[in-house]
Amino acid sequence: MTVERLADWLANTNPGFFILFAALFVPFARSNIVRALLLVGGPAVALVALINADGLSLNLSTLKILGYELVLYRPDSLSFVFGLAFIIASALVGIYSLHRRDAMQDSTAMLYAGAAVSAVFVGDLISLFIMWELTAIASVFQVLAPRSQDSVRAAMRYLVFQISSGLLVLAGVCMFVSATGQTQFALIAPSMAGLPVGVMDIAAPGAVLILAGFGIKAAFPMVHNWLQDAYPKTTETGAVVLSAFTTKLAVYALARYFAGLEWLIWIGAIMTVFPVFFAVIENDLRKVLAYSLNNQVGFMVCAVGIGTQLAVNGAAAHAFAHIMYKALLFMSMGAVLYRTGTTKATDLGGLHRTMPWTTLFCLVGAASISALPFFSGFVAKSMVMSASYADPALFVVWIMLLFASAGVLEHSGIKIPYFAFFGHDSGKRPQEAPFNMLMAMGLAAALCILIGVSPGWLYRFLPYEQVAREYLASDLWTAPHVLQQLQLLVFAMLAFMLLQWRKLYPAEAPGLILDVEWLWRRGWPMLTSALSAPMRQLGRWAGGQAGLINGMVGGLARQAFAPNGWASAKVPFSVTAVCSLAILGLVLAIALFR
Amino acid sequence: MQLEALYVAQPALTAQAPILAIAVPLIGACAAALAPSGRAGWMISVVAAMVSAWMALAVAGEVMREGVILYQLGGFAPPAGIALRVDAMGALIALLIGAVGTLAAVFSGHSLAAEVRPEKHTLFQAGFLLAQAGMVGLVYTGDAFNAFVFLEVSSIGTYALVAAGERRDRRALPAAFNYLIMGTIGATFYVIGVGFLYGATGTLNMADMAARLGTLDQNAAVQAGFAFIVAGLGVKAAMFPLHGWLPGAYAHGPSLISLFLAATATKAAIYLMARFLFEVFPDGAAFGDMFLQWVLAPLGAAAVIVCSLQAVFARELRRMIAFSSVAQVGFIFLGFSLANASGLSAALFYMTAHGLMKAAMFMALGGLAISIGARRLEDFAGVAREAPWTAVAFGIGAASLVGTPLTMGFLAKWQIMEAALAGGRIWIFAVMAAGSVLTLVYVGRIIEVMFFREPAPGAPRAKESPVGVLVPLLILAGLSLWFGIDASLPQQLAQAGAASLFEVRP
Repeated sequence: MTVERLADWLANTNPGFFILFAALFVPFARSNIVRALLLVGGPAVALVALINADGLSLNLSTLKILGYELVLYRPDSLSFVFGLAFIIASALVGIYSLHRRDAMQDSTAMLYAGAAVSAVFVGDLISLFIMWELTAIASVFQVLAPRSQDSVRAAMRYLVFQISSGLLVLAGVCMFVSATGQTQFALIAPSMAGLPVGVMDIAAPGAVLILAGFGIKAAFPMVHNWLQDAYPKTTETGAVVLSAFTTKLAVYALARYFAGLEWLIWIGAIMTVFPVFFAVIENDLRKVLAYSLNNQVGFMVCAVGIGTQLAVNGAAAHAFAHIMYKALLFMSMGAVLYRTGTTKATDLGGLHRTMPWTTLFCLVGAASISALPFFSGFVAKSMVMSASYADPALFVVWIMLLFASAGVLEHSGIKIPYFAFFGHDSGKRPQEAPFNMLMAMGLAAALCILIGVSPGWLYRFLPYEQVAREYLASDLWTAPHVLQQLQLLVFAMLAFMLLQWRKLYPAEAPGLILDVEWLWRRGWPMLTSALSAPMRQLGRWAGGQAGLINGMVGGLARQAFAPNGWASAKVPFSVTAVCSLAILGLVLAIALFR
Repeated sequence: MQLEALYVAQPALTAQAPILAIAVPLIGACAAALAPSGRAGWMISVVAAMVSAWMALAVAGEVMREGVILYQLGGFAPPAGIALRVDAMGALIALLIGAVGTLAAVFSGHSLAAEVRPEKHTLFQAGFLLAQAGMVGLVYTGDAFNAFVFLEVSSIGTYALVAAGERRDRRALPAAFNYLIMGTIGATFYVIGVGFLYGATGTLNMADMAARLGTLDQNAAVQAGFAFIVAGLGVKAAMFPLHGWLPGAYAHGPSLISLFLAATATKAAIYLMARFLFEVFPDGAAFGDMFLQWVLAPLGAAAVIVCSLQAVFARELRRMIAFSSVAQVGFIFLGFSLANASGLSAALFYMTAHGLMKAAMFMALGGLAISIGARRLEDFAGVAREAPWTAVAFGIGAASLVGTPLTMGFLAKWQIMEAALAGGRIWIFAVMAAGSVLTLVYVGRIIEVMFFREPAPGAPRAKESPVGVLVPLLILAGLSLWFGIDASLPQQLAQAGAASLFEVRP
């Protein structure tokens, strides 16, 4: 193969496929060097391929299957920025997980990353669904990886949500395709003014189902709980992997198909506000981060709902920045978990003495998520705030976002570093994190600062480059803007100090917060327990827990299907014979007397 | 994968291919019964199965080129003589039987040694070839009574094969007896139904029968015949709730037989039912449509839900997968109940996909049974570490069963779901979605145990399957993946088959 053909092939292959391909070899890598080469080399090749893409908004490779044309690679400016973020994140995750040798977790993490990257670059609904489903399946192994009873149950609950999301998307896609005969999104509707983004009409057949499927993955309010349930139960690397891809893929899909849909504004605004309360009282710091993830995704969903060019830019920029700083925060908490075995605020404190670098990187992440000027959160979130402020009808939304920004600072910006690394001295003197972890954190921190200091670097990649350029030139660094953000930060910090001084801040206290979780855990007791518990336990549980109607139905079904229940008993042939007579009679009656 | 690429026509051979596909295993059965040793019997079995599969491939290629093939036995013309009549639907199912039969024959070399008494090996191979000959014959024949004969030939083979599992599991004997009684009831119903039709039309040739039935849909004998035939074939096809024989037969027979039966036996009966429902009985006959709408569809849905639940709660792994088979038959019947070409084509594709994935899963369990002989789900804890290839092949089959994208199972489910939505049957879609989630639940349990549990201390350690098992196993798993990406071969045959049955319908 000549060099040109190689380059041609690189430029016309979905970058995600390189990562998927590399992932297949990870379980067989015996030496650490080969493993490191695969984990970092896969994303590196993907990056080269993406940069050399043969053109934007073109179908670069297609495949015919069952009479449908699947568009395997169709990069445009929206997918570019998400794909870039995912590729960088997968390299960071690769470096971060070098210290452990878990072939299963490494390879599925990479499969997951590859599927997510592929998903943003495919050009039709069916391929999107295929990749959507792959991410769901590959990601569940991250939750399974600790191999404890607790994590297995959480994994099964997580899987139910992910698969329901997939099924809803499948149903919607099926309906849409069979009603319209179209699969490629460029054809779905005329794209917005001059944009590469095609939008789906919510009244189109199946569109509501697709939206619901996307919503589960984006952790919309009331279906958000799988996130707080699963993420804190993963290994130190698992949470980093999950936080980077799952919800952001959903944000991408929403931006792709539902930009400008008004429902999303309110869903997003509510998403930003409600996790704040849970995050403030939560004790497990990784769970705090999970709530704050919810809140951050709310900003993006809200921006997608507003749907102006500035807002979509804001959503994309926020997603990019968010992937970096959220991964950084989860990595720092992962390092703490790895060295101390816990992330409970009550058991931590004073770690900055022996983990100075981790502390520093965590502070950079905290500053970024709090949108401190000169950190990445500021340059991204400003656009969302400006977009919501620009429309007077959205004043309430703007207030909600403002409140949520203060909340972010409170729980992610201050609480996380304060309780883990400062605060009361826990007496723990763990070692500094391993070098590979520090390296991954350092790279992520450098990116956070780079974007914060020279936002032009990120703005070049945004879906509407022109608008982003103008925003950078005239709005971003204006005094009111910076001052407003600084005011917010200063007062939030003052409030925290005041409350802490007066001992009014919710003390670190162990406990389990149940929000809508009770609904899932109780409402579907039969399903969840069938999913999670071995059968013996289930029987005992059924006896002990007399529930409402659910309990009764569940109990009946359980009695019937339990190993000695009537539905599972061996059927004597007399019964089958009688059944066959009954069927014969039935069909005979239909045929003769219909 | 294109058929033309697989098979280069050799006219002289192709002309005789349909009968050779049946006769070679039939003769092989006699030879195997007389073979001096189990080893010789095994070799005869492999060669005969392979030739039969090759002939099936030739027939499929010919059907794709020429359309329907007619072959007159002994040169006697149909109304009097017996004819084989192969269309794309039959070619596809026979190809499935041939392929799975060949791989199963290869696999039997190792699995019989572990599971069946040595002195029974030659007879076992004879029974196996008999079953294969019967099924191919059933699929190829154009004669309703001839179909009954072939049905019994294959059934008698399989009753004996199930019973041969008694060396390892005594429960194989009652299971085989149960299967024998139920199978005989089914066959009797079928032959009674054919009798009614013969009385009404005076012919046994299916094409002839279809032509003469055109005006007879008010005839009570025809109506009674219809009822007996679908009820009889319902038993053979494990239509819910007539599936009582199946879990026992699959769970307690030798591994070879669970894999061969699961992949092919129910498929052959379903095939025959499709033939009667959509070809022989008068087009648009009210009782046919009512049966599809009010009997087959609800029973299919009930199978999907109830049997998936039974699988979720089953303790023995093979029993679990056997229940899953009944549920999958439900999916296929849901496809039938749409009563249009896209539904039937999707159902045919599903049959092929299910045959391949279930064969891979049962073969993987058979490979593990050689070293650990496990039954309960917990016995399989951590086998992925000791037998990674076997476990991965099982996992691929399981992924296809769930309907994971990039496997054949996904395309199969997708087609049925799409056909259901295009036909406006949203409830069928909902049932399939619920069934998929339930499938995921029990498959998830198995995968969790196999890949993530530590083996119980003191439990026998699994060994990687021998090469003679791994090769056919990986071929089966590979086919599930290959057809998940390039499905043109089964897809073309399924579409052509469905189209030829529906071409006269509006």
